[in-house]
Amino acid sequence: MKEDEAACVLFDAGHRACGGCAAAMAARLILDAAGKDTIVVSSTGCMEVFSTPYPETAWKVPWIHSLFENNSAVASGVVESLKKQGRKEKVIAIGGDGATFDIGILCLSGAFERGHDFTYICYDNEAYMNTGIQRSGATPYDASTTTSPAGKCSFGNRRPKKDLPAILAAHGAPYVATASIAYPPDLKKKVEKAVNTPGPCYIQVHAPCCTGWGFEGEKTIAIGKLAIETGLWVNYEMEEGKITKVKKVVRKPVEEYLKEQKRFRHLFKPKRNDAEIAKIQAIADRNAEKFGIEIKLKK
Amino acid sequence: MLEITEGSHAVAKAVGQCRPQVIAAYPITPQTHIVETLADMVADCTIDAEYITVESEFSALSACLGASAAGSRVYSATTSQGLALMFEVCFNCAGMRMPVVMSIANRALGAPLSIWNDHQDSISLRDSGWMQLYAEDNQEATDLHYLAYRVSEDHRILLPSFVCFDGFILSHTYEPVDMLTQEQADSYVPVFKPYHRLDAADPISFGLFASPDYYMEFRYAIDQAMNRARTVLPEAGRVFSEMFGRDYSGLVEAYRLDDADCAIVAMGSICGTVKDAIDEMRDAGKKVGLLKIRAFRPFPVKEVQKALSGVSTVAVLDKNISLGSKGAVALEIRDALYGSQIPVHDYIIALGGRDVRRKDIAAVVASAEAGSGDIYYGLREEVLK
Amino acid sequence: MALGMGCTARPGKSRDTRTGSWRVFRPEFIADKCTKCGMCAIICPEGCIGENEEGLPVPDYDYCKGCGLCAEECPSEAIEMKKEEK
Repeated sequence: MKEDEAACVLFDAGHRACGGCAAAMAARLILDAAGKDTIVVSSTGCMEVFSTPYPETAWKVPWIHSLFENNSAVASGVVESLKKQGRKEKVIAIGGDGATFDIGILCLSGAFERGHDFTYICYDNEAYMNTGIQRSGATPYDASTTTSPAGKCSFGNRRPKKDLPAILAAHGAPYVATASIAYPPDLKKKVEKAVNTPGPCYIQVHAPCCTGWGFEGEKTIAIGKLAIETGLWVNYEMEEGKITKVKKVVRKPVEEYLKEQKRFRHLFKPKRNDAEIAKIQAIADRNAEKFGIEIKLKK
Repeated sequence: MLEITEGSHAVAKAVGQCRPQVIAAYPITPQTHIVETLADMVADCTIDAEYITVESEFSALSACLGASAAGSRVYSATTSQGLALMFEVCFNCAGMRMPVVMSIANRALGAPLSIWNDHQDSISLRDSGWMQLYAEDNQEATDLHYLAYRVSEDHRILLPSFVCFDGFILSHTYEPVDMLTQEQADSYVPVFKPYHRLDAADPISFGLFASPDYYMEFRYAIDQAMNRARTVLPEAGRVFSEMFGRDYSGLVEAYRLDDADCAIVAMGSICGTVKDAIDEMRDAGKKVGLLKIRAFRPFPVKEVQKALSGVSTVAVLDKNISLGSKGAVALEIRDALYGSQIPVHDYIIALGGRDVRRKDIAAVVASAEAGSGDIYYGLREEVLK
Repeated sequence: MALGMGCTARPGKSRDTRTGSWRVFRPEFIADKCTKCGMCAIICPEGCIGENEEGLPVPDYDYCKGCGLCAEECPSEAIEMKKEEK
């Protein structure tokens, strides 16, 4: 089999991601959708580290990594530099949720306010995975991480996820979407739409992390689907600040999602914590109401 | 053509003549007049640049890094807290070999907050891999920008540059400055040719991480480029001198040093005051001279050794303090003179904008000649009680 | 090899790392059951599943880490994970 016959046309094999890594899937799907005339600006993080140990790079498009928190600012410079030279490459900034929600939000906000023509894609694995699973602003309620561990007087992370898509939509972004690696064609469609929409666009990709969340690598997609089917993750699109499309589901109880992951194990063992599970169910119920995701089955 | 102009305006005009394609900067006193002037030039289409009004200095330099990697000539300016906020990106620009040129209108670092001049800001970035040039007056501040672009972008070098000039003392002072014409600037600063760039036609990955197998070699490569700059900077200075008559061929510059017993070593605008003080001391029969450090990075070790070989005492004026140690310039001078018997006396002076007069220089010389030194000069003892 | 200026590199060398050596379980593709839907190739995190002239999936075992996602997600159960014989 020749190399170019494999599916890894623009994101090469040989990278050091964990087996079953959603971020690696995301990188390849993003490039599949965006095409070769794309410049990628990466933050420090898992995807950067597993793809570019010198002198090896998995990126077959032009790619740059500077720091953890500055990919939006670097991308701003790349965009304006290309504009000055009359060049037409698309610019995509990619960061994990730590880079995007937390340390890089100043640069991200600045770049979106200024309106540079680029697409920002956050692969959201809901914690700092590269440094060993610490909580971020994207970590969901009650998830146990190494800095929000469950314990005798803790149920894990005490705060719900920051609503970053809404924050970026409030900047006047023309296109904001959420997606999941569990639905590759949908993800690719959204990337295509974002890179072809002038102005700053944002896509937040749910990227279940087998190592950080505690499930087997073969279950990455199944877990991603459960997140959507329970209403704990909602796939939607916002155009000019209005929600225009939502993935509807026949909802399952959240515990079907929670019980598959070690990060929520403390809600079931040593004994079931109905009160906390109910709080998480309430988050899913609010999502369902807010986005209208529910498909009601006829009885 | 001679113009009476504010330092910041002269610098901005010189930068404009260097034709930066992307400018990213953030306002901070006393640098702001530079980037305001450049914004005017962009607004009036007198220069053809993309101007990114970033939300912080950190993003200013990050945007410059990205723009440079994508193949454009870039510019930023900052000072003090702004430069401190750029710390991480400074190391990155040098490590990624991006030839960014940045003006530093030198200012003290807080706390306590101070908007006035000293050299603590740029000195604190001495290990970052940027070339550091210090200007004595606005003519030099202006000219060093042409020089910085020419040397930074030279493929033998590929290192970013600080062009440092003292905040307020120079940045806000009107002086006559002989500006180059656009044609002269174009003949001296070649069109930017990136060594490589982000380009879909030849997809390169920039900024990989290096394991212990490679990291040291990359750091060594930066240092080797600094070593080459010891030759390339004077070479560019000579060309400037041949074309326009002003001589920047030295990484250091001596004033009445040939027969001096005592050498004062200093950087920046204080050198003007020192020269006047030396003239007075010379009139009074004292053999005193000045060694002005123009390039702090790369540090001109050999030039310093040569220039100071005949003196019996050295007094270093440090507008910075490496707290818990000495002034940064004195440490370099002592290193350069290691093995000689020449005593090097350090004077921490003019921190946070405290004024220095000719008589202060005379007092420093008297102190050095008496064999004292390694002091903060001019402390107000009454507020320390 | 000269150092890439500023720690840069061109593509190609990623493939020097044969991640297939990580594999504990090996996906076996059962041609009879395969409907050529392409799901395995789309989702493979290594992007190392190509296809032969008949349109059947062909994994590149030099890079397959044996994560098992393809077997798990194959809609026609045409991929089986077998313990790697080393």
